[in-house]
Amino acid sequence: MNEKAKNSLLYLDGVSVSFDGFKALNALSLVIEPGEMRAIIGPNGAGKTTMMDVITGKTKPDEGDVYFSGSVDLRRMDEASIASLGIGRKFQKPTVFESHSVWDNLELALAGPRGPFAMLFHKRTRAEEERIEAILTTIRLGEKRDWLAANLSHGQKQWLEIGMLLAQEPKLLLVDEPAAGMTDAETAETAILLKEIAKTKSVVVVEHDMTFVRDLDVKVTVLHEGSVLSEGTLDHVSADPRVVEVYLGR
Amino acid sequence: MLSGFLLRALDRRTWIVLLLLVAIGLAVPALNLFTDPSSPIHVPTYVVALLGKYLTYALLALSVDLIWGYCGILSLGHGAFFALGGYAMGMYLMRQIGARGVYANPTLPDFMVFLNWKELPWFWYGFDMFWFAALMVLVVPGLLAFVFGWFAFRSRVTGVYLSIITQAMTYALLLAFFRNDMGFGGNNGLTDFKDILGFNIQADTTRGALFLASALALALGFLVCRAVIASKFGKVLVAVRDAESRTRFIGYRVEGYKLVVFVLSAMMAGVAGALYVPQVGIINPGEFAPANSIEAVIWVAVGGRGTLIGPIVGAVLVNFAKTWFTTGMLAEYWLFVLGGLFVAVTLFLPKGVVGTFIGRKGANRPGNGIPAAPAAQPQPAE
Ligand SMILES: Nc1ncnc2c1ncn2[C@@H]1O[C@H](COP(=O)(O)OP(=O)(O)OP(=O)(O)O)[C@@H](O)[C@H]1O
Ligand SMILES: [Mg+2]
Repeated sequence: MNEKAKNSLLYLDGVSVSFDGFKALNALSLVIEPGEMRAIIGPNGAGKTTMMDVITGKTKPDEGDVYFSGSVDLRRMDEASIASLGIGRKFQKPTVFESHSVWDNLELALAGPRGPFAMLFHKRTRAEEERIEAILTTIRLGEKRDWLAANLSHGQKQWLEIGMLLAQEPKLLLVDEPAAGMTDAETAETAILLKEIAKTKSVVVVEHDMTFVRDLDVKVTVLHEGSVLSEGTLDHVSADPRVVEVYLGR
Repeated sequence: MLSGFLLRALDRRTWIVLLLLVAIGLAVPALNLFTDPSSPIHVPTYVVALLGKYLTYALLALSVDLIWGYCGILSLGHGAFFALGGYAMGMYLMRQIGARGVYANPTLPDFMVFLNWKELPWFWYGFDMFWFAALMVLVVPGLLAFVFGWFAFRSRVTGVYLSIITQAMTYALLLAFFRNDMGFGGNNGLTDFKDILGFNIQADTTRGALFLASALALALGFLVCRAVIASKFGKVLVAVRDAESRTRFIGYRVEGYKLVVFVLSAMMAGVAGALYVPQVGIINPGEFAPANSIEAVIWVAVGGRGTLIGPIVGAVLVNFAKTWFTTGMLAEYWLFVLGGLFVAVTLFLPKGVVGTFIGRKGANRPGNGIPAAPAAQPQPAE
C-alpha cells in the first residue's frame, strides 16, 4: 500500500462493480483525507449510490481496494462491523424506523454496545438521555420527540436521519442526497447543519442541487459512468468541458 | 438484572392480563371441583380439558406473534416446535406407564414391543425422569430453531422464502415421524397415558392442575414477551421489521437478534406443546401438519399481530368457533370458514380484533413505549 492510502481516512482504488455485465462502477479511485468534506455530483446512474454501497459493505466490489483509516480492508467486513468502525450512512430515500418514535429512532442509533444480550438488559443512562436531547436540539425535532417517525414530513425525516447519523458518532458520514424533496429554506438549513458537522467529522455528500453544493463550498468530485470525470473546486469542475458535455449531453 | 428486566415490563395492562390469567387458572378448576354437577355454575371436566387446550394454543400463538408481529419473521412451521415439545412430554408419559402397558414390559413402551425391539433406543434414555423431559421440552425445539435459524438468517433468507422453508421443515418432520423406525410410535404416535408425576392423568384434580399450569405458563410467556418488547432489544426487533438493512447500517448484526428471538419463540411453542399433550391424551405426527402452523398464524392475524394480547384472544376465539363448527353439521365447511375469516380480517381488520378495538395508550412515550403494531401485510423492508 502506498503513502497516500496510509494517511487517508477513506481510500478507494480501481474499484469496479458490475450488475449483470453492466459496470455501475468502473475502476473508481477516490481518496478522502481525515477531516475533509467532499461533495460528489454526477448525472443519474453515475454510480454515486453504488459507491456508498461498496463503502458500507452492502455491495462487494468485483475488483479494487477499499481501505478505511489507512489499513482496514472494508471488503472483508459486513455492514454491521463497518458501521461499528465509525462509518455512518444516510440513504437517498429517507429511511427511519417508521413505527418508532423520534426519540427511539435516536436511541437505537446511539453509539454503544450492539449485541443482543447487552440490549436485553440495557438500561438507559443519564448521559445517553442528554446526548439524545442535544441531538434533538441540533436537528430541531425537540417538540416532536414523541411523534412516530411515520408521521413526520419528508424534510423532517431527512433531518431525523441526519440526527441518527450524529448519534452513531461516526468518523465518516456518507450522506446521499440530503436535500432531496426539501424546500429552499430547508435546503439552506441543511447545508448549514452539514457544515457544522463537518467541523469535527469527515463527510461525503452526494447531491444534485447545485445551489446546495455551492453553499457547502468544498472540493467537488464529478462521477460519470462509474468513474471520476473531474475533481476540484466547483468553479473548476463547472468549467471543465467534459463535465459540461456530460451534463448538457443528457 | 433478570428481575429488573421483568419488572420493567409490568405496566398496568400487563398486570391486568397476568391477574386475569391467574384468576381464570384458579376459577375454572375450582368451578369444576368444588361445585355440584347439577349447579348452573359447574364447569364439566370436558370443558376444563377443552379450555386448557385453548390456553396452550394461545401460548403457541403468542410465540408466533413475538417473531412475526415484532420482528417480521413469518414462520409457517411453528407447529413443529409445538409438536416437538409435545413429543418430549409424551415420551415421559409413555415411560410413566411402566409395566401397565398391554405387553406389560417394564421399560419398553407397547409400540416398541410390538415392533419386536429388544432395547430402549438411546434417545429415549432419561425420559423416565420428569426434570429431564421438562428440560428437553425447551432444549429440543430450541436446538432445532438454533440450527435452522443459524443457516437461514446468516444467508439472509427473508420474507416468503423463509416462510416456505419453515413449511418444508415441519413437513419433513411430519414424514420422518410417520416412520415406525424413527422410534416415536409411527402414525399412532404416543398415547394411552396413565400418570403424570404419579397422579392419575384422567383425574379431575390432575386436569385442574394441568389447566392451572397452562394458565400460569401463558402468563409467564406473556410477561417474558412484554419484557423482551419493552427492552432495547425489542426496539431493535421492531427496527428490523420496519427496515432491516437500515438496522444493519447503524451497526446491529441482525442475524444475531433474529436467532435469539427465534429460539426463545420456539421454546415457548415447545412448552405449549408439552402442556397440550397431557390434556388431549395423545401426540401423533399429525401435529406436524403444515396446516396446523398456518392455523396458528391465522389466530395471530385475527387477534391482532404485534399486540401480544391479540394472539391470545385470537387463538381462543378461532378455536372456540372451530369447536362449535366442527361438532355441528357444518363440520365440512370449517376450512372454508377459516380461509374466509383470514381473508376478511386481512381486508377489513388489518390490525386484528385487539389492534382495532383497543387503542395503544402510551405507544409514543419514549420510556416504555410499545411500538405500534404493523398492518397484517408485511411492509417492504427496503
Ligand atoms: N442492484 C442493482 N442491480 C442492477 N443494477 C443496479 C443495481 N444498483 C444500481 N444499479 C445500476 O447501476 C447504475 C448506478 O446506479 P446508482 O444508484 O449508483 O446511481 P446514482 O449515481 O446514485 O444515481 P441517482 O442520481 O439516480 O441516485 C444505474 O444504472 C443503476 O441502474
Ligand atoms: Mg443515487
